Amino acid sequence: MIRNFLRAALVSLGLFAGPAFAEEPFIVVQSTTSTQNSGLLDSILPWFEAETGIDVRVVAVGTGQAIRNAINGDGDVLLVHATADEEQFVEDGWGVERFDVMYNDFVLVGPKSDPAKVKGGSNIVAALTAISEAEVPFASRGDDSGTHKAEIGHWDAAGVDPAAASGTWYRETGSGMGATLNVASGMDAYALTDRATWESFGNRGNLEVLVEGDPRLFNQYGVILVNPEKHAGVRAAAGQRFIDWLIGPDGQTAIEAFQLNGQQLFFPNAK
Amino acid sequence: MRDLVSEMARHITVKGVQIARNGSALLDVPHLTLGGPGPTLILGPNGAGKSLLLRCLHGLIVPDKGHVEQGGVLLNANHKARQAMVFQQPVLLRRSVAANLDFVLKRQGMPRAARKMRIAELLVEGGLEGKARQSARSLSGGEAQRLAILRALALDPDTLFLDEPTSALDPSATQVIERMILRASASGVRIVMVTHDIGQARRLASDIVMMQGGHVVEHGAARQVLDDPQSDASRRYLAGGLVT
Amino acid sequence: MQGFAVEFSAAIALILNGDPELWAIVLLSLKVSIFAVLISALIGMPVGAALAVARFPGRRVLIILMNALMGFPPVVVGLLVYLMLSRSGPLGVLELLYTPTAMIIAQVVLVTPIVAALTRQVVEMLAEEYSEQLRSLGVSRLASVPVLLWDARLALVTALLAGFGRAIAEVGAVIIVGGNINHVTRVMTTTIALETSKGNLALALALGAILIGIAVAVNAMVSTLSLRAEREGLRHA
Repeated sequence: MIRNFLRAALVSLGLFAGPAFAEEPFIVVQSTTSTQNSGLLDSILPWFEAETGIDVRVVAVGTGQAIRNAINGDGDVLLVHATADEEQFVEDGWGVERFDVMYNDFVLVGPKSDPAKVKGGSNIVAALTAISEAEVPFASRGDDSGTHKAEIGHWDAAGVDPAAASGTWYRETGSGMGATLNVASGMDAYALTDRATWESFGNRGNLEVLVEGDPRLFNQYGVILVNPEKHAGVRAAAGQRFIDWLIGPDGQTAIEAFQLNGQQLFFPNAK
Repeated sequence: MRDLVSEMARHITVKGVQIARNGSALLDVPHLTLGGPGPTLILGPNGAGKSLLLRCLHGLIVPDKGHVEQGGVLLNANHKARQAMVFQQPVLLRRSVAANLDFVLKRQGMPRAARKMRIAELLVEGGLEGKARQSARSLSGGEAQRLAILRALALDPDTLFLDEPTSALDPSATQVIERMILRASASGVRIVMVTHDIGQARRLASDIVMMQGGHVVEHGAARQVLDDPQSDASRRYLAGGLVT
Repeated sequence: MQGFAVEFSAAIALILNGDPELWAIVLLSLKVSIFAVLISALIGMPVGAALAVARFPGRRVLIILMNALMGFPPVVVGLLVYLMLSRSGPLGVLELLYTPTAMIIAQVVLVTPIVAALTRQVVEMLAEEYSEQLRSLGVSRLASVPVLLWDARLALVTALLAGFGRAIAEVGAVIIVGGNINHVTRVMTTTIALETSKGNLALALALGAILIGIAVAVNAMVSTLSLRAEREGLRHA
């Protein structure tokens, strides 16, 4: 019995030396759940990998965590959506240079019954004001992500301090976009989400898009090479190659070509 | 002559041994010499200190006061290496019957082929041939104790201590074990054995150490102790009285 | 809910039909956790056995500490390992973050206390029984360790399987140090977390079903072995 167990273990040890540890060139991209969960990266990365032979390993977390991981040097490229924070990241010397990549937009989703009566509007600030006045459930990321930062900005514009209502109608999940949408779906709450995650989300329940089209809901993505002068291990050449590809014609075309449910989700806008 | 020398070397002497717990003496043996070749049986009621004395003789317990000598020198590692002990409850390794024997043979540095032969011999001696590959823990009580004795004999000891090895066994199993002990004794192994069974003492002993309340009350040739006891305690015990 | 039932059976079919992506994930989970348990065994068993037979000041404290570590939150373990392996951390130069090796390290940290604590328990019990006999045979305390480990083997395999159960079902630590990278560090639990966050509850649940299947198989092995161990007179205390 023990002998068999050990044998099985040794066999698996041998297997280990296989694909998982094979040394092929790769880079680690710290990115956000929206680019991964929507399927965008799964769609465009094979093009890059086929062309260059560089394997792109994506760690998908919230923008806040992605930036902190990049500051720690645990990634070669940062692909996130919080422009002010990205510029700060470069200014502090953690990144080399920031490039616009693409944009999509945020949408306000909520229950079909729409107790705050915001449906059909295109003014996110007015909608949030209505929700706070009606004191109907709102599910927030509460995780320092790009979406969370954007949401906080809109509450500020509305002159509402939702933190004061934390635990009552304002529910902070402290989780990713998908987990937050699961919560919203479960409790018929409103939530701010990027359109890509929403389109790819499979557990909508009673939720639907209620407010969209406000220019303030614009969601810009940027890409930055982590500064190799800060962390010697950064794979700068391969990382730069990925950035060049992403903001070049091939990458931009690949982004444009990505569709979900017959809908284009990301709009390339590299300069 | 050589026999006499080796006989002297096996003499065990207890000098001023005392063990006490919580102020009460459990064992108090000022002087005791175990000489002669024949089996020595330590006899007495429960709690008389028989097992404690046996453990002191084997060096498993260091007494609070006094010491044990063998062949005129303090009991040491060389002596212990030539001693073996069998416990009331056989402690068998969770391995096969043969592996239990192999364990001690291997520790003696015996080469593999020799071990194999010796194991076969021992199994025949204990009537366990055919059970070599069986799990030792699945043996019956009598078989398990036989294996424990075989394993002790595998050490090729000059002295074998046994602590009530048959107290949990039925008469037929007891008989088999008593025969093994007598054969070992006849082949030159010095036997020191604890029992509370007077009949067993009569069947096996050449000399008897009678104990009560932590004291040795009498030590002499078996026939003499059994048929003409000198102490009150011995007389009452042998008469079947309750000795407390 | 009917739509969900359809989705769920579709997901089960996907798995049973041997979807290569899914099976690669299952295989990686098994490899990482088996490897982690083997390393934990190499560390935890001698440590547990040493704690069982050795007597030194502070031993009780160590045992209490070890038992407490059994319930260490995986996320905290993940964070600690992340801080060690990060390029900013002391072991950053090894470039182990976001590799299966990092996940193995995290699981070793999680599983070793379990293996060590259970080993100590089993070996201490056995040592009590064997103590006089082994001393009579002239086996020293140190030399008794391999004897005790070998004789406790059935109970120890049970301990290893318990450790394996914790390792393979764990998500908090491996998602932090592995990064849930597709084709590299994506295992069953992190896939379940990902698919749940995508709202693909049926697929998540189907993967959960495989995990439960593995857990059941492991537990069946544990109980069979315990039964055998019991028959041979050795049980967990």
